[in-house]
Amino acid sequence: MAVIFEKTKALTDVKLHYCPGCAHGIVHRLLAECLEKSGEDKNAICAVPVGCAVFANKYFNFDAIQCAHGRAPATASGIKRVHPDKTVITYQGDGDLASIGTAEIVHAAARGEKITTIFINNGIYGMTGGQMAPTTLPGMKATTAKAGRDPKVNGNPLRVSEMLATLTGPAYIERVSISTPAQVTQAKKAIQKALEIQKKGLGFTFVEVVASCPTNWGLTPVKAMEFVREKMIPYYPLGVFKDITAEEGK
Amino acid sequence: MAKGKVTINEVICKGCALCVSVCPKNVLALSTTKINPAGYNPAEMVSDDCIACTSCAKMCPDCAITVEKLD
Repeated sequence: MAVIFEKTKALTDVKLHYCPGCAHGIVHRLLAECLEKSGEDKNAICAVPVGCAVFANKYFNFDAIQCAHGRAPATASGIKRVHPDKTVITYQGDGDLASIGTAEIVHAAARGEKITTIFINNGIYGMTGGQMAPTTLPGMKATTAKAGRDPKVNGNPLRVSEMLATLTGPAYIERVSISTPAQVTQAKKAIQKALEIQKKGLGFTFVEVVASCPTNWGLTPVKAMEFVREKMIPYYPLGVFKDITAEEGK
Repeated sequence: MAKGKVTINEVICKGCALCVSVCPKNVLALSTTKINPAGYNPAEMVSDDCIACTSCAKMCPDCAITVEKLD
């Protein structure tokens, strides 16, 4: 008898405060597993956001700092410049990264800061109770868009990966999801690759995870994962948007 | 004969049923008799057909699942 899957040592034993079926738990685990696999969990510093993941520092068994809302890339830039040998990660939601923190993420990417950003895109503000986020889909209901998001009134959703891929600074940008076990495996590969590219010092790395928010979407966790596959992924297509290591290999 | 064994930490399980939904052999189900300290019905093994694919553990948001491969 052999144990083939158990909780990674790069996570603490603290019980996660997230709602049942919240994708944050899956992505926390993937990040921790990737760091443990490369032995970087003793050498990592994570900048955690404001939002549902604000307490992520309690769950990661490596250094973490809580940042001002949206400013994790700025904080992480400073950490990386002072400690260039450390693996520096920012972990941010869509309200944090794509709304109040848009300036910070765009300029950190444009400067080519050698950090890795994990971006959780679930199309809604989770912690504050389901308000419309910059990533809310057209027609999707939120407490501040009762009849569903109307692009004529509320504007259009941001596709952050595509936007950042137009810049020169980023070395690696991929969008993944976690709605099936196969997608979880792919998401882990993407995070692993981003961390490897950061270790080589090639530039800014960015992994967007299309995720679910069962509570604020008003769906069960299983139905929310179906919504991710049927509605979110067609709008936010998965794939690699930039990879300078692949371009070099040509 | 079971090829695998799934152990669920019933205290931290939140009964989200993502593991139940992805199991290819329908080995898991939410308990109808147990309730944990947080008030959730935890998942449990209901048959011996586990093939140790670890799909359930990959989807578990709370790291509540340990998978063992039986020889």
